[in-house]
Amino acid sequence: MSFESELIKGTFCIPECTICKKIVWPPVEFCSNCFGTVSLKKGDFKGKIIEFSRQNKEYFCIIEFENTIKIMAKISQMPEIGQTVKISKCGIVNGNYFFYVN
Amino acid sequence: MIKVGIAAYGITPFTKDDQKIESVLLKSVKKLFENNPKINKNDIDAVLVSTNNNSKYLAPILSEMIGIQPKIAHSIESLCNSGTNSIVSAYSYIVSGLVDMILINGAERYDSPGQILEWDDSRGEFKHPIFWASIFTKSYKREFSITDEQLAIVSVKNHKQAKENPNALSKKTFTIQDVMNSKKLTDDLRLLDCSRPCTGGASILLASEETTKKITDIPIWITGIGQKTTSAAFTKNMSFSSMESSKIAGYAALKMANQNIQDIDVAELHDAFSVCEPMALESLGFSDLGNGTSIIKELYETNDFKINPRGGLIGSGHPLGATGIAQTIEITQQLQSNADTRQVDNANVGLVHNMSAAATSSTVLILEK
Repeated sequence: MSFESELIKGTFCIPECTICKKIVWPPVEFCSNCFGTVSLKKGDFKGKIIEFSRQNKEYFCIIEFENTIKIMAKISQMPEIGQTVKISKCGIVNGNYFFYVN
Repeated sequence: MIKVGIAAYGITPFTKDDQKIESVLLKSVKKLFENNPKINKNDIDAVLVSTNNNSKYLAPILSEMIGIQPKIAHSIESLCNSGTNSIVSAYSYIVSGLVDMILINGAERYDSPGQILEWDDSRGEFKHPIFWASIFTKSYKREFSITDEQLAIVSVKNHKQAKENPNALSKKTFTIQDVMNSKKLTDDLRLLDCSRPCTGGASILLASEETTKKITDIPIWITGIGQKTTSAAFTKNMSFSSMESSKIAGYAALKMANQNIQDIDVAELHDAFSVCEPMALESLGFSDLGNGTSIIKELYETNDFKINPRGGLIGSGHPLGATGIAQTIEITQQLQSNADTRQVDNANVGLVHNMSAAATSSTVLILEK
Protein backbone atom coordinates (compact mmCIF):
# COMPACT_ATOMS: atom_id res chain seq x y z
CA MET A 1 0.00 0.00 0.00
CA SER A 2 1.49 3.31 -1.08
CA PHE A 3 0.23 6.89 -0.87
CA GLU A 4 -0.34 6.89 -4.61
CA SER A 5 -2.11 3.52 -4.72
CA GLU A 6 -4.54 4.84 -2.10
CA LEU A 7 -4.86 8.24 -3.75
CA ILE A 8 -5.74 6.67 -7.10
CA LYS A 9 -8.60 4.89 -5.30
CA GLY A 10 -9.76 8.27 -4.00
CA THR A 11 -8.42 7.88 -0.46
CA PHE A 12 -6.29 10.63 1.05
CA CYS A 13 -3.86 9.31 3.66
CA ILE A 14 -1.29 11.08 5.78
CA PRO A 15 2.17 9.50 5.60
CA GLU A 16 3.76 9.05 9.04
CA CYS A 17 7.07 7.52 10.14
CA THR A 18 6.60 4.24 12.02
CA ILE A 19 9.63 5.05 14.22
CA CYS A 20 9.69 8.77 15.06
CA LYS A 21 6.02 9.47 14.18
CA LYS A 22 6.96 12.50 12.09
CA ILE A 23 4.56 13.31 9.24
CA VAL A 24 6.42 12.94 5.96
CA TRP A 25 5.21 15.31 3.25
CA PRO A 26 5.26 15.29 0.24
CA PRO A 27 5.02 11.51 0.54
CA VAL A 28 8.22 9.53 0.10
CA GLU A 29 9.22 5.98 1.02
CA PHE A 30 11.36 6.79 4.02
CA CYS A 31 11.18 9.34 6.81
CA SER A 32 13.06 12.59 6.12
CA ASN A 33 13.99 12.75 9.83
CA CYS A 34 15.21 9.21 10.64
CA PHE A 35 14.87 7.19 7.40
CA GLY A 36 12.30 5.01 9.14
CA THR A 37 9.62 3.23 7.13
CA VAL A 38 6.62 5.39 6.35
CA SER A 39 3.11 4.11 6.99
CA LEU A 40 -0.18 5.68 5.97
CA LYS A 41 -2.70 7.10 8.42
CA LYS A 42 -6.26 6.88 7.17
CA GLY A 43 -8.96 9.10 8.58
CA ASP A 44 -11.53 11.80 8.07
CA PHE A 45 -8.92 14.56 8.31
CA LYS A 46 -9.94 18.14 8.90
CA GLY A 47 -7.85 20.88 7.31
CA LYS A 48 -7.73 24.64 7.59
CA ILE A 49 -7.68 27.10 4.68
CA ILE A 50 -4.47 29.15 4.82
CA GLU A 51 -4.77 31.12 1.56
CA PHE A 52 -6.75 31.10 -1.67
CA SER A 53 -7.23 32.71 -5.06
CA ARG A 54 -9.46 32.10 -8.07
CA GLN A 55 -8.99 31.29 -11.74
CA ASN A 56 -12.09 32.02 -13.82
CA LYS A 57 -14.88 30.64 -11.63
CA GLU A 58 -12.80 28.07 -9.75
CA TYR A 59 -11.25 28.77 -6.37
CA PHE A 60 -7.96 27.14 -5.46
CA CYS A 61 -6.56 27.21 -1.97
CA ILE A 62 -3.78 26.10 0.35
CA ILE A 63 -5.05 23.73 3.03
CA GLU A 64 -3.08 22.77 6.12
CA PHE A 65 -3.64 19.41 7.83
CA GLU A 66 -2.44 18.35 11.30
CA ASN A 67 -0.67 21.74 11.63
CA THR A 68 2.02 20.28 9.38
CA ILE A 69 1.28 19.38 5.80
CA LYS A 70 -0.09 21.71 3.15
CA ILE A 71 -1.69 20.91 -0.20
CA MET A 72 -3.25 22.94 -3.01
CA ALA A 73 -6.87 22.01 -3.64
CA LYS A 74 -10.02 23.17 -5.40
CA ILE A 75 -13.07 24.36 -3.52
CA SER A 76 -16.42 25.12 -5.12
CA GLN A 77 -17.68 27.82 -2.73
CA MET A 78 -15.88 31.07 -1.93
CA PRO A 79 -13.42 30.12 0.82
CA GLU A 80 -12.56 31.97 4.02
CA ILE A 81 -9.20 32.07 5.74
CA GLY A 82 -9.27 29.71 8.72
CA GLN A 83 -12.27 27.79 7.38
CA THR A 84 -12.30 24.10 8.34
CA VAL A 85 -12.62 21.74 5.37
CA LYS A 86 -12.36 18.04 4.51
CA ILE A 87 -11.18 16.33 1.35
CA SER A 88 -14.26 15.48 -0.71
CA LYS A 89 -12.52 14.01 -3.73
CA CYS A 90 -8.95 13.20 -4.70
CA GLY A 91 -7.03 11.12 -7.18
CA ILE A 92 -4.44 11.15 -9.94
CA VAL A 93 -5.13 12.28 -13.51
CA ASN A 94 -2.45 12.32 -16.19
CA GLY A 95 0.19 11.82 -13.50
CA ASN A 96 -0.96 14.82 -11.45
CA TYR A 97 -2.51 14.59 -8.01
CA PHE A 98 -5.78 16.46 -7.54
CA PHE A 99 -7.70 17.37 -4.42
CA TYR A 100 -11.15 18.87 -3.84
CA VAL A 101 -12.26 20.11 -0.43
CA ASN A 102 -15.53 21.34 1.00
CA MET B 1 41.57 33.06 0.32
CA ILE B 2 42.00 33.34 -3.45
CA LYS B 3 40.06 36.27 -4.90
CA VAL B 4 37.78 35.43 -7.81
CA GLY B 5 37.15 38.00 -10.51
CA ILE B 6 34.80 38.47 -13.43
CA ALA B 7 37.14 38.80 -16.40
CA ALA B 8 34.71 38.89 -19.34
CA TYR B 9 31.08 38.47 -20.36
CA GLY B 10 28.84 38.12 -23.38
CA ILE B 11 25.08 38.15 -23.77
CA THR B 12 22.54 37.66 -26.57
CA PRO B 13 19.26 39.49 -27.11
CA PHE B 14 16.37 37.76 -25.30
CA THR B 15 13.74 36.82 -27.89
CA LYS B 16 10.94 34.40 -28.71
CA ASP B 17 13.07 32.90 -31.50
CA ASP B 18 13.05 29.18 -32.19
CA GLN B 19 16.79 28.44 -32.07
CA LYS B 20 18.66 25.24 -31.30
CA ILE B 21 20.01 25.26 -27.75
CA GLU B 22 23.52 24.67 -29.09
CA SER B 23 23.22 27.82 -31.18
CA VAL B 24 22.09 29.84 -28.15
CA LEU B 25 25.07 28.49 -26.18
CA LEU B 26 27.55 29.46 -28.85
CA LYS B 27 26.30 32.99 -29.56
CA SER B 28 26.91 34.44 -26.10
CA VAL B 29 30.37 32.82 -25.92
CA LYS B 30 31.25 34.38 -29.27
CA LYS B 31 30.23 37.78 -27.84
CA LEU B 32 32.36 37.15 -24.75
CA PHE B 33 35.48 36.60 -26.84
CA GLU B 34 34.65 39.63 -29.00
CA ASN B 35 34.27 41.74 -25.84
CA ASN B 36 37.66 40.65 -24.50
CA PRO B 37 40.24 39.73 -27.17
CA LYS B 38 42.94 39.26 -24.49
CA ILE B 39 41.54 35.85 -23.53
CA ASN B 40 43.43 32.83 -24.76
CA LYS B 41 40.68 30.24 -25.03
CA ASN B 42 43.15 27.43 -24.38
CA ASP B 43 43.64 28.81 -20.86
CA ILE B 44 40.05 27.88 -19.98
CA ASP B 45 40.24 24.97 -17.52
CA ALA B 46 36.54 24.33 -17.11
CA VAL B 47 33.19 24.89 -18.83
CA LEU B 48 29.88 24.91 -16.95
CA VAL B 49 26.55 25.07 -18.77
CA SER B 50 23.54 26.36 -16.88
CA THR B 51 20.30 25.21 -18.43
CA ASN B 52 17.03 23.39 -17.86
CA ASN B 53 17.06 22.15 -21.44
CA ASN B 54 16.76 18.38 -21.78
CA SER B 55 19.60 18.11 -24.32
CA LYS B 56 22.51 16.05 -23.08
CA TYR B 57 26.24 16.67 -22.70
CA LEU B 58 26.03 20.38 -23.49
CA ALA B 59 29.24 21.47 -21.75
CA PRO B 60 31.45 19.07 -23.74
CA ILE B 61 29.49 20.01 -26.88
CA LEU B 62 30.11 23.71 -26.24
CA SER B 63 33.79 22.99 -25.54
CA GLU B 64 34.10 21.20 -28.86
CA MET B 65 32.24 23.98 -30.72
CA ILE B 66 34.73 26.58 -29.44
CA GLY B 67 37.74 24.31 -29.97
CA ILE B 68 38.92 23.73 -26.42
CA GLN B 69 39.63 20.66 -24.27
CA PRO B 70 38.96 21.72 -20.67
CA LYS B 71 39.70 19.62 -17.59
CA ILE B 72 36.13 19.90 -16.36
CA ALA B 73 32.93 20.26 -18.40
CA HIS B 74 29.40 19.61 -17.14
CA SER B 75 25.90 21.06 -16.84
CA ILE B 76 24.21 22.54 -13.79
CA GLU B 77 20.43 22.65 -13.31
CA SER B 78 18.56 24.20 -10.43
CA LEU B 79 15.45 25.62 -12.17
CA CYS B 80 15.44 29.43 -12.18
CA ASN B 81 18.62 29.95 -10.16
CA SER B 82 20.74 27.57 -12.25
CA GLY B 83 22.77 30.58 -13.40
CA THR B 84 24.00 31.77 -10.03
CA ASN B 85 24.38 28.16 -8.84
CA SER B 86 26.81 27.75 -11.74
CA ILE B 87 28.69 30.90 -10.72
CA VAL B 88 28.95 29.63 -7.13
CA SER B 89 30.25 26.26 -8.37
CA ALA B 90 32.75 28.01 -10.64
CA TYR B 91 33.91 30.21 -7.75
CA SER B 92 34.46 27.08 -5.65
CA TYR B 93 36.44 25.37 -8.40
CA ILE B 94 38.80 28.37 -8.55
CA VAL B 95 39.14 28.82 -4.77
CA SER B 96 39.88 25.09 -4.38
CA GLY B 97 42.75 25.43 -6.84
CA LEU B 98 41.30 22.86 -9.22
CA VAL B 99 41.03 25.42 -12.01
CA ASP B 100 42.27 28.94 -12.73
CA MET B 101 39.88 30.13 -15.43
CA ILE B 102 36.33 28.94 -16.01
CA LEU B 103 33.67 29.69 -18.61
CA ILE B 104 30.06 29.69 -17.43
CA ASN B 105 27.36 29.67 -20.06
CA GLY B 106 23.64 29.98 -19.43
CA ALA B 107 21.22 29.17 -22.20
CA GLU B 108 17.54 28.45 -22.51
CA ARG B 109 14.83 28.18 -25.14
CA TYR B 110 11.39 29.81 -24.87
CA ASP B 111 9.85 26.34 -24.38
CA SER B 112 12.07 25.31 -21.47
CA PRO B 113 10.83 22.30 -19.48
CA GLY B 114 12.16 24.03 -16.36
CA GLN B 115 9.02 26.12 -16.00
CA ILE B 116 7.14 23.27 -14.30
CA LEU B 117 8.42 21.30 -11.29
CA GLU B 118 6.68 17.98 -11.94
CA TRP B 119 7.86 16.45 -8.66
CA ASP B 120 5.94 18.86 -6.43
CA ASP B 121 2.72 16.91 -6.02
CA SER B 122 1.75 19.00 -2.99
CA ARG B 123 0.64 21.59 -5.55
CA GLY B 124 -1.95 19.10 -6.84
CA GLU B 125 -3.05 20.12 -10.33
CA PHE B 126 -1.74 23.68 -9.81
CA LYS B 127 1.83 23.18 -10.96
CA HIS B 128 2.18 26.17 -13.26
CA PRO B 129 4.10 29.04 -11.59
CA ILE B 130 1.11 31.40 -11.94
CA PHE B 131 -0.55 29.50 -9.09
CA TRP B 132 2.21 29.93 -6.52
CA ALA B 133 2.54 33.53 -7.68
CA SER B 134 -1.19 34.06 -7.11
CA ILE B 135 -0.95 32.65 -3.60
CA PHE B 136 2.11 34.83 -2.85
CA THR B 137 0.32 37.89 -4.21
CA LYS B 138 -2.91 37.27 -2.30
CA SER B 139 -1.02 36.59 0.90
CA TYR B 140 1.21 39.67 0.51
CA LYS B 141 -1.76 41.92 -0.22
CA ARG B 142 -3.67 40.53 2.74
CA GLU B 143 -0.75 40.74 5.20
CA PHE B 144 0.26 44.31 4.36
CA SER B 145 -2.99 45.83 2.98
CA ILE B 146 -1.45 46.35 -0.47
CA THR B 147 -3.60 46.83 -3.58
CA ASP B 148 -3.19 45.44 -7.10
CA GLU B 149 -2.49 48.99 -8.30
CA GLN B 150 0.37 49.36 -5.81
CA LEU B 151 1.91 46.11 -7.05
CA ALA B 152 1.47 47.13 -10.71
CA ILE B 153 4.20 49.77 -10.27
CA VAL B 154 6.76 46.93 -10.36
CA SER B 155 5.82 46.03 -13.92
CA VAL B 156 5.56 49.69 -14.96
CA LYS B 157 9.04 50.46 -13.56
CA ASN B 158 10.73 47.36 -14.94
CA HIS B 159 9.27 47.71 -18.44
CA LYS B 160 10.42 51.34 -18.44
CA GLN B 161 13.94 50.31 -17.44
CA ALA B 162 13.98 47.46 -19.97
CA LYS B 163 13.56 50.01 -22.76
CA GLU B 164 17.14 51.09 -21.99
CA ASN B 165 18.36 47.48 -22.26
CA PRO B 166 19.08 46.56 -25.90
CA ASN B 167 18.90 42.84 -25.08
CA ALA B 168 15.52 42.95 -23.32
CA LEU B 169 12.53 41.00 -24.62
CA SER B 170 10.17 43.89 -23.91
CA LYS B 171 10.41 47.04 -26.00
CA LYS B 172 7.27 48.72 -24.63
CA THR B 173 6.33 50.87 -21.68
CA PHE B 174 3.08 50.48 -19.79
CA THR B 175 0.97 52.49 -17.37
CA ILE B 176 -0.58 51.25 -14.13
CA GLN B 177 -3.88 51.12 -16.00
CA ASP B 178 -2.30 49.02 -18.78
CA VAL B 179 -1.13 46.51 -16.19
CA MET B 180 -4.54 46.48 -14.49
CA ASN B 181 -6.28 46.01 -17.85
CA SER B 182 -3.96 43.25 -19.07
CA LYS B 183 -5.33 39.72 -19.24
CA LYS B 184 -6.46 38.48 -15.85
CA LEU B 185 -4.83 35.08 -15.28
CA THR B 186 -6.27 34.70 -11.78
CA ASP B 187 -8.01 37.06 -9.36
CA ASP B 188 -4.56 38.10 -8.12
CA LEU B 189 -2.35 38.00 -11.21
CA ARG B 190 -2.43 39.75 -14.56
CA LEU B 191 -0.38 39.01 -17.65
CA LEU B 192 1.82 42.09 -17.23
CA ASP B 193 2.65 41.00 -13.67
CA CYS B 194 4.53 38.02 -15.12
CA SER B 195 8.01 37.54 -16.51
CA ARG B 196 7.94 35.65 -19.79
CA PRO B 197 9.95 32.58 -20.77
CA CYS B 198 12.16 33.30 -23.76
CA THR B 199 15.20 32.25 -25.72
CA GLY B 200 18.47 33.75 -24.55
CA GLY B 201 22.08 33.14 -23.65
CA ALA B 202 24.59 34.73 -21.30
CA SER B 203 28.23 33.85 -20.66
CA ILE B 204 30.69 34.95 -18.01
CA LEU B 205 34.35 34.15 -17.46
CA LEU B 206 35.69 33.83 -13.91
CA ALA B 207 39.35 33.61 -13.02
CA SER B 208 41.76 33.84 -10.11
CA GLU B 209 42.95 37.31 -9.05
CA GLU B 210 46.26 37.09 -10.85
CA THR B 211 44.72 35.90 -14.12
CA THR B 212 41.79 38.31 -13.95
CA LYS B 213 44.18 41.26 -13.63
CA LYS B 214 46.11 40.07 -16.68
CA ILE B 215 43.09 39.94 -18.97
CA THR B 216 40.99 42.91 -17.90
CA ASP B 217 41.66 46.45 -16.77
CA ILE B 218 38.29 46.70 -15.06
CA PRO B 219 37.96 43.57 -12.91
CA ILE B 220 34.88 43.04 -10.79
CA TRP B 221 35.25 40.80 -7.73
CA ILE B 222 32.83 38.34 -6.22
CA THR B 223 33.17 39.21 -2.54
CA GLY B 224 30.09 37.59 -1.04
CA ILE B 225 28.07 34.45 -1.65
CA GLY B 226 24.99 33.24 0.20
CA GLN B 227 22.80 30.31 -0.66
CA LYS B 228 19.90 28.68 1.10
CA THR B 229 17.47 25.92 0.16
CA THR B 230 14.55 25.57 2.57
CA SER B 231 12.62 22.92 0.61
CA ALA B 232 11.64 21.85 -2.90
CA ALA B 233 7.86 21.85 -2.38
CA PHE B 234 6.16 25.25 -2.65
CA THR B 235 3.72 24.38 0.13
CA LYS B 236 6.61 23.89 2.58
CA ASN B 237 7.20 27.66 2.65
CA MET B 238 6.60 28.88 6.21
CA SER B 239 5.28 32.18 4.89
CA PHE B 240 3.67 33.12 1.58
CA SER B 241 4.33 36.84 2.05
CA SER B 242 8.10 36.76 2.59
CA MET B 243 11.09 34.80 1.28
CA GLU B 244 12.89 32.93 4.03
CA SER B 245 15.59 31.44 1.79
CA SER B 246 16.38 34.88 0.34
CA LYS B 247 16.65 36.39 3.81
CA ILE B 248 19.16 33.75 4.92
CA ALA B 249 21.15 33.84 1.67
CA GLY B 250 21.28 37.64 1.71
CA TYR B 251 22.53 37.75 5.29
CA ALA B 252 25.25 35.19 4.52
CA ALA B 253 26.42 37.00 1.38
CA LEU B 254 26.63 40.39 3.10
CA LYS B 255 28.46 38.88 6.06
CA MET B 256 31.02 37.21 3.78
CA ALA B 257 31.57 40.51 1.94
CA ASN B 258 31.70 42.45 5.20
CA GLN B 259 29.04 44.80 3.86
CA ASN B 260 25.65 46.04 5.04
CA ILE B 261 22.53 46.22 2.92
CA GLN B 262 22.79 50.03 3.13
CA ASP B 263 26.12 49.73 1.25
CA ILE B 264 24.48 48.24 -1.85
CA ASP B 265 24.38 50.77 -4.68
CA VAL B 266 22.66 48.66 -7.32
CA ALA B 267 20.81 45.34 -7.27
CA GLU B 268 19.28 42.78 -9.56
CA LEU B 269 16.30 41.09 -7.87
CA HIS B 270 14.42 38.03 -9.07
CA ASP B 271 11.08 39.60 -10.06
CA ALA B 272 9.57 36.50 -11.67
CA PHE B 273 6.21 38.11 -10.84
CA SER B 274 5.39 41.64 -9.62
CA VAL B 275 4.98 40.60 -6.00
CA CYS B 276 8.45 39.06 -5.92
CA GLU B 277 10.21 42.43 -6.12
CA PRO B 278 8.80 43.97 -2.91
CA MET B 279 9.07 40.60 -1.18
CA ALA B 280 12.74 40.36 -2.14
CA LEU B 281 13.42 43.98 -1.13
CA GLU B 282 11.93 43.26 2.29
CA SER B 283 13.48 39.82 2.80
CA LEU B 284 16.95 41.12 1.90
CA GLY B 285 16.58 44.10 4.25
CA PHE B 286 16.36 46.94 1.71
CA SER B 287 12.97 47.78 3.17
CA ASP B 288 10.79 47.21 6.23
CA LEU B 289 8.16 44.49 5.86
CA GLY B 290 5.23 45.73 3.80
CA ASN B 291 7.05 48.84 2.59
CA GLY B 292 8.64 47.43 -0.59
CA THR B 293 6.10 48.94 -3.00
CA SER B 294 6.64 52.43 -1.52
CA ILE B 295 10.35 52.17 -2.30
CA ILE B 296 9.63 50.92 -5.83
CA LYS B 297 7.20 53.81 -6.43
CA GLU B 298 9.79 56.32 -5.25
CA LEU B 299 12.48 54.78 -7.49
CA TYR B 300 10.11 54.97 -10.45
CA GLU B 301 9.10 58.56 -9.79
CA THR B 302 12.69 59.72 -9.35
CA ASN B 303 13.93 57.74 -12.40
CA ASP B 304 16.35 55.89 -10.10
CA PHE B 305 17.49 52.61 -11.70
CA LYS B 306 18.98 51.19 -8.47
CA ILE B 307 16.74 48.10 -8.48
CA ASN B 308 16.65 45.92 -11.60
CA PRO B 309 18.32 48.43 -13.94
CA ARG B 310 18.15 46.10 -16.97
CA GLY B 311 14.38 45.75 -16.46
CA GLY B 312 14.36 42.68 -14.23
CA LEU B 313 12.88 39.41 -15.38
CA ILE B 314 9.56 41.13 -16.12
CA GLY B 315 11.10 43.55 -18.62
CA SER B 316 14.08 41.55 -19.88
CA GLY B 317 12.43 38.16 -20.17
CA HIS B 318 13.31 35.01 -18.24
CA PRO B 319 15.41 32.40 -20.08
CA LEU B 320 15.77 30.33 -16.92
CA GLY B 321 19.34 29.03 -17.15
CA ALA B 322 20.64 32.35 -18.47
CA THR B 323 18.83 34.63 -16.02
CA GLY B 324 21.24 34.51 -13.06
CA ILE B 325 24.19 35.04 -15.39
CA ALA B 326 22.46 37.95 -17.16
CA GLN B 327 21.75 39.51 -13.75
CA THR B 328 25.42 39.15 -12.82
CA ILE B 329 26.52 40.68 -16.12
CA GLU B 330 24.25 43.67 -15.50
CA ILE B 331 25.76 44.33 -12.07
CA THR B 332 29.24 43.89 -13.55
CA GLN B 333 28.47 46.50 -16.23
CA GLN B 334 27.04 48.85 -13.60
CA LEU B 335 30.17 48.58 -11.42
CA GLN B 336 32.35 49.13 -14.49
CA SER B 337 30.33 52.29 -15.30
CA ASN B 338 29.55 50.59 -18.58
CA ALA B 339 25.74 50.45 -18.48
CA ASP B 340 25.00 53.29 -20.89
CA THR B 341 21.61 54.91 -20.29
CA ARG B 342 20.86 52.45 -17.46
CA GLN B 343 23.88 53.57 -15.44
CA VAL B 344 23.36 54.10 -11.72
CA ASP B 345 25.53 56.87 -10.22
CA ASN B 346 28.48 55.93 -8.02
CA ALA B 347 27.94 52.16 -8.24
CA ASN B 348 30.66 50.51 -6.15
CA VAL B 349 28.92 47.58 -4.52
CA GLY B 350 26.23 45.47 -6.22
CA LEU B 351 23.94 42.59 -5.28
CA VAL B 352 22.44 39.77 -7.34
CA HIS B 353 19.37 37.90 -6.04
CA ASN B 354 18.35 34.80 -7.99
CA MET B 355 15.81 32.25 -6.72
CA SER B 356 13.94 29.17 -7.82
CA ALA B 357 10.61 27.40 -7.33
CA ALA B 358 8.67 29.97 -5.30
CA ALA B 359 11.70 31.03 -3.27
CA THR B 360 12.33 27.54 -1.93
CA SER B 361 15.97 28.16 -2.90
CA SER B 362 17.86 31.45 -3.21
CA THR B 363 21.32 32.61 -4.18
CA VAL B 364 22.71 36.06 -3.37
CA LEU B 365 26.00 37.37 -4.72
CA ILE B 366 27.84 40.55 -3.72
CA LEU B 367 30.06 42.10 -6.40
CA GLU B 368 32.58 44.91 -5.92
CA LYS B 369 34.99 46.98 -7.96
